[in-house]
This record gives sequence, structure tokens and C-alpha cells, in this order.
Amino acid sequence: MYPFDFAKPTSLADAVTALSQEEAQLLSGGQTLLPSMKQRLNAPAVLVSLTGIADLKGVTREGDVLVIGAATPHAQVALDAAPHYPALATLAGGIGDPAVRNRGTIGGSLANNDPSACYPAAALASGATIVTNTREIAADDFFDGMFGTLLHDEEIITAVRFPIPQKAGYAKFVQPASRFALTGAFVALYAEGARVAITGASEGGVYRWTEAEAALTESFSADALAGLAAPSDGMIADLHATPAYRAQLVAVMTRRAVTAAG
Amino acid sequence: MTNVTMTVNGRTMSGQAEGRTLLSAFLREELRLTGTHIGCDTSQCGACVVHVDGKAVKSCTMLALEADGAQVTTIEGMAQADGSLGAIQQAFQDYHGLQCGFCTPGMVMSTAALLAENPKPTEAEVRHYLEGNICRCTGYHNIVRAVLAASGQDVPEPDFAAAQ
Repeated sequence: MYPFDFAKPTSLADAVTALSQEEAQLLSGGQTLLPSMKQRLNAPAVLVSLTGIADLKGVTREGDVLVIGAATPHAQVALDAAPHYPALATLAGGIGDPAVRNRGTIGGSLANNDPSACYPAAALASGATIVTNTREIAADDFFDGMFGTLLHDEEIITAVRFPIPQKAGYAKFVQPASRFALTGAFVALYAEGARVAITGASEGGVYRWTEAEAALTESFSADALAGLAAPSDGMIADLHATPAYRAQLVAVMTRRAVTAAG
Repeated sequence: MTNVTMTVNGRTMSGQAEGRTLLSAFLREELRLTGTHIGCDTSQCGACVVHVDGKAVKSCTMLALEADGAQVTTIEGMAQADGSLGAIQQAFQDYHGLQCGFCTPGMVMSTAALLAENPKPTEAEVRHYLEGNICRCTGYHNIVRAVLAASGQDVPEPDFAAAQ
């Protein structure tokens, strides 16, 4: 790693000030950022840690919405979200491994928008709202291609608001070395209809599979998806899987997610 | 350089760290606690697992400055007061849960974290929990048996007939 200055503010206001320095970058759990800095893919001059800001941590329920602080580690979401939004807790409890889940955070995952990360699928399928220090962004607008989001350089995610669905499920085909989703599907049923978000498959990052949404809105069952195939155009091709294989996984994981939703 | 102070295995310890100093490097090179191993340095292998404020973390993927003021437990803190092996360590010896031993500090620390949250895990739960700890010698079977033994449960005998 190249040298950098380290700041650990205890308030959001101080974090915003620290982040306004030249080439400053936010550090949350660091489970992606620190490895990328070791490889010198990333070399900020200042790292601003969010782990000292108590307001950014915790899971609270506000009516039909589950609010998760941006710096809440996956392990805590797995535990605290379970009574309110079990599919979200399952997803959080399946990220990486136990030690990674004790450090990695939901805000870090969403801000990074890795095309194979789990959380973007939950946020998009839930129609979540990403709350920052300056505004609220709908998940439908937030994700902007592989590793891209609408966040400005000096913007900090503070919380994520998940409308709690009637039913939801997540299924991922694990890439066994990285434990990321080779392909994953999150399905959620709301009064307005079903939403399906796919991660790990598209070169454009997480996306909604609208054909599956239409079928599941009609009838929320794995049978409703019978014969529905996802096109392989624009799917990721790498040494782990071809576009056609990923397209097949999209359909299979979506069916499994519906089955898991019960 | 910044002065960093943490409570390591019950003792207050201080040392110097840069912003970029990893917790694993700080423990080994500054505090001279070399039981924590650095295997891959890419957060894959789990040889560097320690507990920070009671949570298992990969110390190669946490900054030393992030652990300033924390309670840290390393493999050196797992022995009994008289220096003899702790229960988990003893189980790894009894069940031959290691060959070269390089991954063992991380295995023991992950086992301690598992048993703290799930005192009587099933074999499947043990295997699932140790997904972030890689061993290139044993094939894991004896590690899993050691963890089951450390939890005070009966340890199934290996089924050699089934293996053939």
C-alpha cells in the first residue's frame, strides 16, 4: 500500500469535512478497499474511516420499513434483520465468510457496486431508498453500471431504507474462491407486484429482470417461471462462466429464490 | 507514525503505526506476537484471524489504527494461564487437526468465535463456519473433528469403508 493519512471522525459533519481534502476517500469495513489498495489499484491520499460514527450503525424498524445504518456490518444485519426481513438477513449472512461479515458493511457494498455483490440485488429488488448526507436516492436510479453509482465524491451514504415485502427470497450460486455471487437473484413480492433483481450476471451490473417480474406478479410461484429464459446478450464472460451459463443461472437462481420465499 | 494502544490478550500494549500499517503487521512486527500468521495477505486464507472486541476478523484486512483502543485476542491468548494448551488447541493436537500448522492459529481463532455463538455446532455448521479458513494439508476432516471435540460433543470415527 502507498502511504496515506488516516482520519477517524466521530460525527458525520467531521467526516464530510475530512472528505473534502484532496484525494480523500471513505473507508467503511475495508474488505474490498484495503485489498485493492494493497494491489495499488487504489491510492487515496487520505482515508476517512466511518467506523467511529455511532449514528451510522444499527437496524431499526419504522412501520413497514427496515432502516439499516450504512456502517452496519453484514453479521449484525444477519442477526438484527432476521425477525423483520428474513430474506435480507439470509443474504447478509451469506456474504463472504464470518470474519469478512464482521467488518464489511452495507454502505460500503452499495457504494462499491461490485457487479457480483449481494447487497445491490436486495436494494434493487426491494425498491430501497439510499439515504445520503445530502439527499435520498431510489435504488432504481442509484446503480449506474459496473462499479458505478450516482454518488458524488463528497457524498456519504448514511442509511438504507428497505420497504418490507410480503415475501422475499435470495439464491446465489457461489463462486467458491471469492464467495461472491457467480450469479444471484433476489425476488420480493409487494402489494404493487413482484420485483426481481439479478447480480453477478450482467456487464452492466445489477439489473431488474422484468419478464420474470411480470410472470411472478401474475402468480408468485416457481412454476410461473417455467420456460422463461434470460437472454445471454450483455452477460459477463470470464474464466468462471460463459454468458450462456450465466443466463441459465439467472433463470435457475430466480426459481430457487421464489422457492426460498415460500 | 502514530502511537497505537490496544489491550492484547488482557495486557495493555502500545506501538507505532503508519496509516497503512495492517493490524497483522502491527501484532507481529511491533508487538512481536508472531503467532498470528500472514498466509495470503489478500483476506482469503484466514491464517491471520484474531478477535477484535470479541469479533473474529482477518487482521490482514484491518488497519492497526482502526484497532486503537480495542480489546484484541490472538492465538497467544488461547493458552491457559500456566502456559498449557487451551481446550481448542488441545483438541487440535488430540485429533491431529493440523499437519504443517501454518493455518492453525486462524483455525483456532475462528473455532473460538464459532463456539462462542454456537456452543454445539453440527458438522455441517462447522464446515460452513470455517469457509474463510484455508488449510492446504489436512483435507479438513481432522480439523472438523477437532472442532467437534472442542465443543464437548462425540466425534464420529472416520468411515474408511465409505471413503473407498
